[in-house]
Amino acid sequence: MKYALFLGCTIPTRALDYELSARKVLKALGIETMDLGFNCCGFPIEAVDEEKGLALAASNLSLAESNGLNILTLCNACAEMLSKAELTLEDEKRLSGINKVLKDKLGREYGGGVKVRHLARVLYEEYGVDKVKERVSRPLKGLKIAVHYGCHYMRPSRIYGEFDDPEFPKSLDRLVEATGAESIEYESKMSCCGGGILNIDEAVAVEMTKMKLEALSNREVDALVLICPFCGIMYSRYQRLIMKEDKEIPVIYYPQLLGLALGLGPDELGFQLNMMNVKGLLEKAGV
Amino acid sequence: MVEKESPVEVSNLDSRFTDRVLKEPGGEALRVCFQCGLCTASCPISSIDARYSVRRTIKRTLLGMRDQVLNDRFIWLCSSCFLCQERCPQDVRPPEVMTVLKNLAVGAGIFPSGIAKMMEVFKTIGRLYPIDDFTADEREALGLPRVQGGEDAVKKLLGE
Repeated sequence: MKYALFLGCTIPTRALDYELSARKVLKALGIETMDLGFNCCGFPIEAVDEEKGLALAASNLSLAESNGLNILTLCNACAEMLSKAELTLEDEKRLSGINKVLKDKLGREYGGGVKVRHLARVLYEEYGVDKVKERVSRPLKGLKIAVHYGCHYMRPSRIYGEFDDPEFPKSLDRLVEATGAESIEYESKMSCCGGGILNIDEAVAVEMTKMKLEALSNREVDALVLICPFCGIMYSRYQRLIMKEDKEIPVIYYPQLLGLALGLGPDELGFQLNMMNVKGLLEKAGV
Repeated sequence: MVEKESPVEVSNLDSRFTDRVLKEPGGEALRVCFQCGLCTASCPISSIDARYSVRRTIKRTLLGMRDQVLNDRFIWLCSSCFLCQERCPQDVRPPEVMTVLKNLAVGAGIFPSGIAKMMEVFKTIGRLYPIDDFTADEREALGLPRVQGGEDAVKKLLGE
């Protein structure tokens, strides 16, 4: 199993804990990755100019294609943008229009056929939950985890097919359970983090972030587990504005949790970078 | 409370605007909307502020209320959670319609200041956040590889 690792703009600057733990976990599981010179996925540009957003996405697809690799993303928005481009470019007319732009500006073209997969989807669908479970050497028994999928991980279903349910997904719950931890059901489990409109209206975005954090504050939960760096910005950076310190909920990325279960150390997994206090979580995990 | 607005004059409706939206990618499905309102009922933004409504934006677009639609702040507040799209019984894709409307608003010079700033950043540094010295040092200390390129492609593709 080998993929081109797509980091996007946010992860290599704002979510180093996610990147570090993902690299360590992928290596530990024997999933090979390569770093290519990818550009922005195009997601933020789409609102301004759909055609240019698509061209940015296509530029990335063509780079992966020329290296003979499919793409593995860690960010939900990158996964959505690149997967949508993959589908849009199946249309001959759109493909030839975009190829004219790529050829003119970058001297390359996209032929088609590159697959785009989120890390969690790769683990769930290709690597397999059972195989993840087999690799666990430090089962995280007793940990209560609240999962947050993030909208673009499984929606829109027209671009993702049916690898998971668009409204009642289960892949991340199963992946958390594979570590030995419990994935709790909670109110607002499927609510949106608000990150998509942070740049437009911070107050409305934070209202959305608050919805989940407040629902969780009344529950016994050891950590909120994420798979998208922008959800991370909302639930970590904005948590300080929303929650009182004694109600603080540790926010971590799934590979950080899985890494602990695989026997990796907290520093290898970037726990020292977490914005919320993770001491209690690590103690309970037996680390 | 939703503020009451004055009625729109039929003579001010612009059918060319409707046609324009329908012909863009993502716009074509709009014609079959039968206004059930499941989109607005599913919208997390409407639940925070009832002034915002997907259904109303779609109806206004179909009526040709160009100025009201393109000046409506709501088109920028769609968080693209895609719940409305999953639930629409007519397979309308409201987030894609919002993208079409945002693109047209940008063409008409109507966009929030955050968007202008973001585009400036992209055109200058070729990515959303800079890899400054602090970040580069932190990455190195963690044993993470240097972030390779991609900025030039962004600048070239975003250039005129």
